[in-house]
Amino acid sequence: MTKMSIITNINKAFDHRIRLGIMSILMVNEYADFNMLKELIGATDGNLASHTKALENADYIKVEKQFIGRKPNTRYSTTKVGRAAFKKHIEALEKLINKK
Amino acid sequence: MESKDYLKDISEIKDLMNKSSRFISLSGLSGILAGIYALIGAAIAYWLVMNYSYGVLTLDGQVFRLCLLTLFLVAFFSVTTGIFLTTRKAKKHDAKIWDATSKRLVLNFLIPLIAGGAYILIILSQGKYGQSGGLMLIFYGLALVNASKYSIGDIRYLGYIQIILGLIGAWKPGYGFWLWVIGFGIMHIVYGTWMHFKYDTKQ
Repeated sequence: MTKMSIITNINKAFDHRIRLGIMSILMVNEYADFNMLKELIGATDGNLASHTKALENADYIKVEKQFIGRKPNTRYSTTKVGRAAFKKHIEALEKLINKK
Repeated sequence: MESKDYLKDISEIKDLMNKSSRFISLSGLSGILAGIYALIGAAIAYWLVMNYSYGVLTLDGQVFRLCLLTLFLVAFFSVTTGIFLTTRKAKKHDAKIWDATSKRLVLNFLIPLIAGGAYILIILSQGKYGQSGGLMLIFYGLALVNASKYSIGDIRYLGYIQIILGLIGAWKPGYGFWLWVIGFGIMHIVYGTWMHFKYDTKQ
């Protein structure tokens, strides 16, 4: 019974190393651009793009496309929902670790 | 088996948070040192004014210039120490020092600070120096609040405290010096110690 309730708090949307990485960075930064995420997480372009897309579809992150000079630049930031969901996810992870 | 993975997840989350906004972990020690420099500087200024200026500060005197010099030295050593500790910590964590995050942080910190510094110099040159202690606290507080958007939220609270102290200083200019000592000296040491135990020692 207790195990069940813990597992329900584990958010499938974050259940991947790259998604965790994206959220971790965006939690402590007002925004981050694609290259910054790529550099810090160490993922390929395509891989990172698909995971940011997934988080965007879940309404956990916001994506802003703009131009810096002539270069296109994509900026990511967390949404309120995303922050709350991620906090819950981390709490669930911590509980799981402490249980064992 | 699974819990090992989750443990790895958590440590990775922490690592990325630190790397991407690394200014949090260095503020501990550099805060304490900046506070100590400020206290030493204030002691020197106090001693100068008490012994050579009979407790009154006049704008054109030698003593005033020495006080200004002390102030600049305090600022200089605080900044140098901050940069030195930042570089050291960043190297240890294998992070770049000068990237988009730190640029944004420094820029947003400097805008209120430089505006305030210029304002204080202008009113000093007009002979109004009674408010400068309070103004320094207010602008420094605003700079901290502004920069806090680009680091972990804690320096915001230090900023709020500096602003409040600055406003008290504007209200009671006679206590300007002591409020300055509390704000730049004691609060830095308190904040630095708090940050040190909250972040640095846990890693």
